[in-house]
Amino acid sequence: MQHTTLIPHLFRTEYRKIVSVLCRHFGLQQMEIAEDIASDTFLTAAETWPLKGIPPQPTAWLYQVAKNKTKNYLQRGLLFATKISRDIKSNSTERYEEEIDLSPQNVNDSQLQMMFAVCHPAISKEAQIGLSLRILCGFGIEEIADAFLTSKETINKRLFRAKEKLKEEKIHIELPPAAAMNERLEAVLSIIYLLFNEGYYSVSQNKTLRKDLCLEAMRLCTMLVENESTNKPAVNALLALMCFHASRFDARINEHGEHILYEEQNANLWNADLISKGGYFLNRAASGNELSKYHLEAGIAYWNTQKEDTKEKWENILYFYNRLLQIAYSPIAALNRTYALAKVNGKQAGIAAAEQLELTNNHFYFALLGELCTSVDGAKAKANYEKALGLAKTEADKAAIRAKLEKLHSDPD
Amino acid sequence: MRLDILTKEAQPSPEQMQVYMQRYHDWVGGIAAQDKFVGGTGLSKEGKVLKFNDVMTDGPYAETKESIAGFITIRAKDLEEAVKMAKECPILKGEGNTVEVRQIVTRHNNP
Repeated sequence: MQHTTLIPHLFRTEYRKIVSVLCRHFGLQQMEIAEDIASDTFLTAAETWPLKGIPPQPTAWLYQVAKNKTKNYLQRGLLFATKISRDIKSNSTERYEEEIDLSPQNVNDSQLQMMFAVCHPAISKEAQIGLSLRILCGFGIEEIADAFLTSKETINKRLFRAKEKLKEEKIHIELPPAAAMNERLEAVLSIIYLLFNEGYYSVSQNKTLRKDLCLEAMRLCTMLVENESTNKPAVNALLALMCFHASRFDARINEHGEHILYEEQNANLWNADLISKGGYFLNRAASGNELSKYHLEAGIAYWNTQKEDTKEKWENILYFYNRLLQIAYSPIAALNRTYALAKVNGKQAGIAAAEQLELTNNHFYFALLGELCTSVDGAKAKANYEKALGLAKTEADKAAIRAKLEKLHSDPD
Repeated sequence: MRLDILTKEAQPSPEQMQVYMQRYHDWVGGIAAQDKFVGGTGLSKEGKVLKFNDVMTDGPYAETKESIAGFITIRAKDLEEAVKMAKECPILKGEGNTVEVRQIVTRHNNP
């Protein structure tokens, strides 16, 4: 690998590790120092490698440089302290010898603990996402701005405020005690879920970035599954859910970054390995007596990996949506549930149920009604699709609805 | 919801039960899809009934034919809408079963 591609790659995988370990060493009060040292390490690599060539073990090189920089920083602090305060007798002449521990075990522990610190309930969701992307996933400011379709300044401001909040709340980098674990874990899971959805449903056209977001969410969740104290059923359920969804990643977006509808996807492009991994984690999720929304969504996602339209598939999906809506209502789940109901009990039943939803400011609502009325009542289908078209905001959504209208026109039954 | 299942013969088979449960879930799911579901509590058929003067009997329906199958709390704008939703409850397809609609006046521990 060339240094031009290797450094960004290593930045993504190693920056977060160095920052987590250093933050744990310094405490969140001084997280800027941790970030500065980590950034400075990569700057040194970017300056040295093109001249001297890539070191044989680039990661070990980075760790050593980070350790030296930390040592120098602490040494300077110590000199400063002894010069201004001559009363310090004990270690006034000692050099700073404490090693920064970048062993795999400590890197892993630090990252896990950092996850809980960043997803602390005292911090706003928006700030948690920003910090997660930067500190836990090692995304560049530009990438974060791209993912949220906003400016670098906005992201910088958001991150600055989030870090101030972490300091204000005096949050420690540590795993929560067992008694508080489930509650704190819930906050971490909801951020992982949001990160994944951000990648999966993002408006950003950057396909690589979107996939990276999903993979990062899965990586964070995997870390939780691998740790004994955080390996809970809901964590496995969320990982299963993400595996099932991610299995369609290559089939659902074309080379122009456009969305391909489920029915039109090439099922050969679905990733069988991820589907079976999903099955493995779903099985592990089936213990204890907690039924989280991730369990239910993973159940739905599992059936969506079965392309064939069977009665069993739709009955199961309907059942899971019925349960899901009882614990976590959302308009999109209500619409999907109605679609499943129509698949099980027929279009008439679906139309009747849809009309009770009254989600009249949602273009998906009218698109669903259009779909259900097709081949039942052509005129009504057309009227609903037209309403959907009027409400749709993105070009991709409008194009999808226009295609449905054209199909209706050429095939009125 | 009151369920009339006193005699053994009247009890549904496991297959029938599955159909009933699915209908029930579809009904509750329909309410939840309208964002009008608040909570639900199913009740076991076994229990104890305590009475005046330290009298205790087995089963909630030891002396009455009816047993309460469960409660469901919904959000409705008025009693009329609640009744309309209750009419769809599949439990009413069984002879002798009833659904009682009441307004919540106060809530304990849940303001």
